[in-house]
Amino acid sequence: MLRYIIAFCMLTLPAMAEEVVLGLSKDEVAITTSFDGSDVLIFGAVKRETPIPDGDPLEVIITVSGPSKAVTVRRKEKRFGIWVNVDAVEIDEAPSFYAVATSAPLRDVLNDVEDLRYKISVPRAIRSVGAPMAVQDAGAFTQAIIRIRTKSDAYQLLENGVSVDAQTLFQTSIQLPAALTEGEYKTRIFLTRSGKVISDYETSIDVRKIGLERWLFTMSRENSLLYGLMSLAIAIAAGWGASAIFRVFRL
Amino acid sequence: MQIYLPIAEISVNAFLLLGLGGIVGILSGMFGVGGGFLMTPLLFFIGIPPAVAVATEANQIVASSFSGVLAHFKRKTVDLRMGTVLLIGGLVGAALGVVVFNYLKAQGQVDLLVKLCYVIFLGVIGGLMFIESLNAIRKTSKGATPKRKKHNWVHGLPFKMRFRVSGLYISVIPPLIVGVLVGILAAIMGVGGGFIMVPAMIYLLGMPTKVVVGTSLFQIIFVTAFTTMLHATTNFTVDIVLAVLLLVGGVFGAQIGTRIGVKMKAEQLRILLAIMVLAVCGKLAFDLLVMPSDVFSIAAGGH
Repeated sequence: MLRYIIAFCMLTLPAMAEEVVLGLSKDEVAITTSFDGSDVLIFGAVKRETPIPDGDPLEVIITVSGPSKAVTVRRKEKRFGIWVNVDAVEIDEAPSFYAVATSAPLRDVLNDVEDLRYKISVPRAIRSVGAPMAVQDAGAFTQAIIRIRTKSDAYQLLENGVSVDAQTLFQTSIQLPAALTEGEYKTRIFLTRSGKVISDYETSIDVRKIGLERWLFTMSRENSLLYGLMSLAIAIAAGWGASAIFRVFRL
Repeated sequence: MQIYLPIAEISVNAFLLLGLGGIVGILSGMFGVGGGFLMTPLLFFIGIPPAVAVATEANQIVASSFSGVLAHFKRKTVDLRMGTVLLIGGLVGAALGVVVFNYLKAQGQVDLLVKLCYVIFLGVIGGLMFIESLNAIRKTSKGATPKRKKHNWVHGLPFKMRFRVSGLYISVIPPLIVGVLVGILAAIMGVGGGFIMVPAMIYLLGMPTKVVVGTSLFQIIFVTAFTTMLHATTNFTVDIVLAVLLLVGGVFGAQIGTRIGVKMKAEQLRILLAIMVLAVCGKLAFDLLVMPSDVFSIAAGGH
């Protein structure tokens, strides 16, 4: 028994020895009318009370994930000469935005077991609960959502995107696209050695609409009747205005 | 200039939207169609979520139709009485159409049905109109006066009413039925229904082409205003910023379109509308027949 405890301590003690101290260039992203994407600089240092351990170098993985929502992925097939949706898989939780930045190729800095535990890589971050039994090859649906969202920069894998200096200082820059959903963007930092996570740290970036954007959005939800009438009033006024301008200038 | 849309949650180029609104507005003023069947696919293409595109488009059509109808009022080419009869039929039809739509939605495959509806209706209407107006152009170029008014079974029905502006004395039953049918289709296909209404008024009711455009715009205003309110209060998908960008271009376009339309001959107007309808039909048929670039597609939400 004692042997196990000693072994356990030897495993865990070095892990506690290295911790993350973090800084963010901004912990708030404000969506204004002229919002056109935003760069967030994530930087930090590794705090340790013991000398740098020998062996594999320290690697850093940083993930940023937007609010998760359920989505339905549909597949088309040719039936009677035309392309129709034949089957659909509901993906329970797919983040609207997900970026993974690593200090070396992902496979080298993280092993599968740790990936499964912390859900770091893009496929692991997406959870599909039950595909209907009738659907063959359900995995293709998860791959499809990754492929489509990677194309629009909603999912990013930035291998070698984190620079680490003297195994102590690290930094990366994550680009948030223009098509951004509101919410808490969970930011996680993992320190790994030989594929194992030795320390992790979590914080969040708050993405909020402000000013006119906030006002219109809130009104459309809470005062939808007034919002609808306002839309119509603007439409009628614009229609009348254009007609009046053309009349005045006798066009 | 990029502008972030609060409801669509996407950033778009403002000038692109102003331009699109303007082009669709011109078509609207010329032909008396709302232009939803053109604009909605264009908005999808830019990346606006489909639900937001359909709802916001309805709001934009209110503006461009109102602008267009004012120009037509000045020229006395709006048959208010006929418009009201069509509108009554249209609202009844729209209510029925929503019921049908929800039933089909429960069965799945509603997207496919909408697209097939589009292809069939656009193809048939566009084709017939194209042939008819081509013949009319040939006849007038030979110097023969075109014969429009024909007596058929329509004139034997009861409840006759005088439609002075259109120069018609017919039963109210055919316009009511046309209104109901267009209303049903409009609700299922998510458009104002101008491109079905216009040919129906010309060929089924025998109205003069010039009056048809203004009258169609008149009834589209009410149908799309109703749709806008429905979407705003139930789905929260009307994006007012997107609507403003589109309608600024749209209202000016509609004024220009009306002026172009007045200067053109009725047959020319009809043949251009037919070509446009056939082009949209061809594009939709192409999408159905050719293998998509990605067989997978993502839709928001679960079941």
